Amino acid sequence: MTNKNWEPKIVCFACRWCSYAGADMAGTSRIQYPANARVIRVNCSGRVDPQFILRALKLKADGVLIAGCHFGDCHYISGNYQTSRRVALLKEYLKEIGLEPERLRLEWISAAEGHKFAETMKAFVNEIKLLGPNPLANGGPEK
Amino acid sequence: MSTEHPKIGVFICHCGSNIAGVIDIPKLVEYAATLPNVVVAEDYRYMCSDPGQDLIKERAREKGLNRVVVAACSPTLHEPTFRRVLENIGLNPFFFDMSNIREHCSWVHTHEEEAALEKAKDLVKMAVARAAELKPLEQKQVDVKASVLVVGAGITGIQAALDIADAGYKVYLVEKEPSIGGHMAQLDKTFPTLDCSSCILTPKMSLVGQHPNIELLTYSEVREVDGYVGNFKVKVERKPRYVIEDKCTACADCLEVCPVNVPDEFNAGLGWRKAIYISFAQAVPNAYVIDTEHCLGMTPIACGKCKDACEAEAIDYEMKPEILELDVGAIIVATGFELFDAMQQLEYGYGKYPDVMTNLEMERMLSAAGPTEGKILRPSTMKKPKHIAYIQCVGSRNERYNAYCSRVCCMAALKQARQIREKYPEINVTIFYIDMRAFGKGYEEFYETTAREHAVTFVRGRVSEVRESFETDKIVIRAEDTFLGQPVEAEVDIVVLSCGIEAPKDLSEFARILGLQRSADGFLLEAHPKLRPVETNTDGIFIAGAVQGPKDIPDSVAQAKGAAASALAMVAAGQVKVQPYAAIVNEDLCAGCGICEASCPYGAVKVVDNLAQVTEAQCKGCGTCAAACPNQAIAPQHFTMEQIIAQLDALFQEAK
Repeated sequence: MTNKNWEPKIVCFACRWCSYAGADMAGTSRIQYPANARVIRVNCSGRVDPQFILRALKLKADGVLIAGCHFGDCHYISGNYQTSRRVALLKEYLKEIGLEPERLRLEWISAAEGHKFAETMKAFVNEIKLLGPNPLANGGPEK
Repeated sequence: MSTEHPKIGVFICHCGSNIAGVIDIPKLVEYAATLPNVVVAEDYRYMCSDPGQDLIKERAREKGLNRVVVAACSPTLHEPTFRRVLENIGLNPFFFDMSNIREHCSWVHTHEEEAALEKAKDLVKMAVARAAELKPLEQKQVDVKASVLVVGAGITGIQAALDIADAGYKVYLVEKEPSIGGHMAQLDKTFPTLDCSSCILTPKMSLVGQHPNIELLTYSEVREVDGYVGNFKVKVERKPRYVIEDKCTACADCLEVCPVNVPDEFNAGLGWRKAIYISFAQAVPNAYVIDTEHCLGMTPIACGKCKDACEAEAIDYEMKPEILELDVGAIIVATGFELFDAMQQLEYGYGKYPDVMTNLEMERMLSAAGPTEGKILRPSTMKKPKHIAYIQCVGSRNERYNAYCSRVCCMAALKQARQIREKYPEINVTIFYIDMRAFGKGYEEFYETTAREHAVTFVRGRVSEVRESFETDKIVIRAEDTFLGQPVEAEVDIVVLSCGIEAPKDLSEFARILGLQRSADGFLLEAHPKLRPVETNTDGIFIAGAVQGPKDIPDSVAQAKGAAASALAMVAAGQVKVQPYAAIVNEDLCAGCGICEASCPYGAVKVVDNLAQVTEAQCKGCGTCAAACPNQAIAPQHFTMEQIIAQLDALFQEAK
């Protein structure tokens, strides 16, 4: 079913203080990773409205990555704790509507962790490749 | 202006070959020109340069642009640059967006030119879509408090405090130890000039103590930092010294009666001090302190001898910790480093063999004011040694501990070797090293002279084992001489471990209090490794000295002066612009449910009369409330629902 040349399309929401800077660090360190994700910069991972995630999946994104500061490192004290609760709930919701919860991933990546950003990208792309394209691309989740 | 139809200019940077070497620029320009609302798309070799900026200005005037997108490097680097360009031509600086096609694209997809081009197209498309949704924002000017907090009073903090105080501004200098001076006070001599460390440091220390603009808070620690650039509120805890600074005359009468002996930290544990003590003779403030951990008890029943002995009546057993609240405009963090704990590297036998010591212990031994009054003695026999060996890179350049180079240990070992050879030409010194790094001004010359004229022996190779000799009372060192390509063994009397520099153990907690990031090596992260070395990602907080990474004294002082100048520029301007990202409430949509109030980490949102209200000065624009609001009635400016949705929709519009 899956086209051999198919490449997943991934959206990444990255907080500007830690993870966006971590992605920058991967760049300045020239660490190579697959070109599947597009980063949207937000002030805090806590800004990521569940609606953004659902909209991305509805628009047939194959995966959504949310990247924020490690616990305790949040520039806004506690935004990332709220993110982690939202993502946990949202994963349950995805199951309910017939989407694989693995399509939504949450990672804590600090400004120094360019390597982790690249490794996360590699791992996530591989995982999504195993899952195949977003089921909505083929007319909706199978019953 | 916001109601005007968007006219967007897209400017694509080659960054020399950094971007153009991977991404097909003409194709990207061609693509950008087809995007909705784009009036002009152009490329240039260096968009951030003057001609690049002029190009944007010219096109903006010619084509009547009201939005600008630059596809180049990370916005962290040049967003402020391009916002200024917009300001210069009378456009609101927030009608600007940036596509990061360097750090996030050409540098990380170097060998996938097609995929990189596709990604760059998407990133530009998303930025253009977002640009159309941008709103003009007003950057508020806030007053900057005319005072600076300097944390840490080693040579770095001392220099920064003096520069700011000399410029006429108030400085609070906070030091957690009972005296200022830091590690430099423990050094006997400094490289490469071999001048006495105390002779250049202590005059600065006494200047700090006497400066009318410096409020010195020793034996104190920063507990809380609140507020924002220009207006930080800081809580500092003054630990009780149990000795009144102003009354203590440092007469030492208390020392004679104190019955407790404690290993002396200032002498790296080589000597003893009392439970009531002064760190060193030139301490500032020149006042004693009671170490309650070792004191027998501050009551006449348990002991209380020092109080009886003190004629100046300087001792107060009732002293309590005190919290001071400071208002400052800027903060300089100069909390320095800790020495690598040699006990960790078991194969070198520190703690097991008395004749294995650290470079700091040797430094104290070399000091005329130290525990041996400058005499070099073998700890196990208290006799003069015949042969001393240095092991370099202990805890440094080693994946097991710290991968980085500590930068000062090579020169410190050379300096000590030279001092030993000058004082005792009969003692042989051998340095086991990986690479000798003598990189500073006058350092290479110092290395040459030490090797040639002072006949120090160098062996290139990492030491694998240190043990006691089976036959003699000596220490045996085994290493591979990588020049000869064969193992070597040496019998020596003293082994000195050149312990590297580490971030202080409590730095992670302190970084959290300040909201600062650390780099992978554990030190504080600067805003840009080359161009903003003393700034952090938090406006108004600066870093200097070894807290940013291992550094010698000249580099620390240079950074101190840099941080002082940066803080002064801000404080002297009197006003600073703050980011206008505070959340705003759509009153038509707000149901007054209060979820936003519960989600706000700053207590900036309150529900009053069934409507959420944001206190702008308290809101930092994180947007947690917006993600929590079930009605999309609240959103931080510049990161609105429409703006983010526009990026998502643009990205997937061609997806089937």
